[in-house]
Amino acid sequence: MEEKRDVLFGKTLKQLEEVVKKLGLPRFTAAQIADWLYKKEVTSIEEMSNLSRDARGKLAARFDVGLSGPAKVQVSVDGTKKYLFRALNGKFIETAYIPERKRHTLCVSSQVGCKMGCLFCFTAKQGFQGNLSAGEILNQIRSLPESDLLTNIVYMGMGEPFDNLDGVMQSLEILTADFGFAMSPKRITVSTIGIVPAMKVFLEQSTCHLAVSLHSPFEEERRRLMPIEHVYSLNDVLEAIRSFPLGKQRRISFEYIVFKDLNHSPKHVKELARILNGIRCRINLLRFHPVPGTPLNAPDEETLVTFKTALESKGLVTTIRKSRGQDIYAACGLLSTKEQQPG
Amino acid sequence: MKALKQSTIISNLETAPGAYVLSFPRSFAFVPGQVIGIAMKPDEKPRLYSIASGNQEALVRILYTVKPGGKLTPGLARLQAGDVIYTSEPFGGFICGAEKAVWVATGTGIAPFASMFYSGLSVNKVLIHGNRFASGLYFLDDFLQVMGNRYVPSCTREAVEGIYHGRVLKYLSELEQLDPLVKYYLCGSAEMVVDVRDLLIERGVPFENVVAEIFF
Ligand SMILES: Cc1cc2nc3c(=O)[nH]c(=O)nc-3n(C[C@H](O)[C@H](O)[C@H](O)COP(=O)(O)OP(=O)(O)OC[C@H]3O[C@@H](n4cnc5c(N)ncnc54)[C@H](O)[C@@H]3O)c2cc1C
Ligand code: SF4
Repeated sequence: MEEKRDVLFGKTLKQLEEVVKKLGLPRFTAAQIADWLYKKEVTSIEEMSNLSRDARGKLAARFDVGLSGPAKVQVSVDGTKKYLFRALNGKFIETAYIPERKRHTLCVSSQVGCKMGCLFCFTAKQGFQGNLSAGEILNQIRSLPESDLLTNIVYMGMGEPFDNLDGVMQSLEILTADFGFAMSPKRITVSTIGIVPAMKVFLEQSTCHLAVSLHSPFEEERRRLMPIEHVYSLNDVLEAIRSFPLGKQRRISFEYIVFKDLNHSPKHVKELARILNGIRCRINLLRFHPVPGTPLNAPDEETLVTFKTALESKGLVTTIRKSRGQDIYAACGLLSTKEQQPG
Repeated sequence: MKALKQSTIISNLETAPGAYVLSFPRSFAFVPGQVIGIAMKPDEKPRLYSIASGNQEALVRILYTVKPGGKLTPGLARLQAGDVIYTSEPFGGFICGAEKAVWVATGTGIAPFASMFYSGLSVNKVLIHGNRFASGLYFLDDFLQVMGNRYVPSCTREAVEGIYHGRVLKYLSELEQLDPLVKYYLCGSAEMVVDVRDLLIERGVPFENVVAEIFF
């Protein structure tokens, strides 16, 4: 039987050192490979020209670089692009590129589908097919035609990043390390619904920003929206954040999707002010965009503005996130694939 | 999570192909529906399991299936009486009181309902449990004896007399009426929870009445 070929892209320097050791190559070859993969952006082993012919031959016998371009792109009238990359079992993952004047944000997926079952999310309806490897996460960044323009990366696409902690942490290491993309952790945000044990590992081992999906300050209400509340309550999430020294650089934000007539009353404002008291944070309000079959509705602009003003009057720094790419279902933070197969 | 506590296994028996019931002495109070973390070493990242026993029983029972290639369950299945495991305090809020409700589970998702059942909370309840094979209808005899026709066993891969043949989703969709005023508790895989929740909402049950726990 033919041995399954491994890929180099997505390996840490330490893992590359193990690779070269196994192949009987000098240790410094690992740093050279990392340089080719993450800085010089080659797509084949043959292009790694400062490696000996022997080294390239040995590598090519076992490994591929492991990059693959998007299978399809949809472009919104506002310039947002939704790329589909091929994943497991004939499924696709989505990556949203959101250009603004100075900021070019990429919203990456961390899993194929998702297991978390949030009521408002279309990804939840697609079931779960598997975790993305670090290489597959990073491929969404590297193989993007606009890769060189990117200023910010957000892990807010398909999947719950902390349900794939190993793949996500490895991808963050490569994004921020000197041997890798050498990107500032201040330009990277990982968004979670609050899987507490994994979130603690992230807070301890990474310095990237954290975004927590809040959506309701009331336990009962949040449970109906997000089953995770039964296992790790918002209270546990906030306690974990409070107990962690965040320093001045690190930003915590709370994502709050506003649903019509559900989670924007004065009672919500009061409770949000109470539970977030003492946490240096920002609240990002997102307008809900209904997904097929959902019992939830979209609020109007006035509701959003009134809610924002009320939160600010309580001293909570609040922004309304502009909806982008609605026409192509690329609403970041609840990336929704209208179609699963590229047509 | 606080430090894990050592517990000595009383039994760890295969109850159906690939499914085990593990028991150890109860040293804590819990609310039926809660989970505990289990690890084989004190410093290992625990996996979560719903308690499947009653809150007054002397032993805690856990129902689990072996995931081939999994980090914990293949090793867990090899443990025997007298071996030790490491467990967390119970936690979680998937809790149901004495009010009328419908419980829907697939696979090991029956565990929290078994705990509620063995804690005397099954009066007023309908329990719908599905699995691939009839052997995976854990605790069937006990449920049948106490709940009679308020217990609906179902399986998808074999036709067995007295057992509904098909998915729980199909069973629910064939019911003429679904009471929109009672709460529906769902537990099991994400796929089942999402599909059943969608069906219930489509059939007029307000989403506030759907309470779900996912074994992710
Ligand atoms: C609230 C809650 C309650 C639960 N209650 C129960 C219960 O009562 N009974 C029960 O049996 N289970 C329960 N679970 C599930 C349980 O926590 C474990 O996830 C399960 O037992 C598998 O553990 P494992 O370590 O053996 O497998 P894991 O190591 O988690 O692997 C599971 C499967 O995924 C595959 N896999 C592992 N890593 C990867 C990867 N990186 N990419 C792709 N695939 C991968 C494995 O090959 C395996 O098939 C519950 C979960 C939750 C969240
Ligand atoms: S909102 Fe995020 S965590 Fe929730 S189901 Fe969708 S992808 Fe998963």
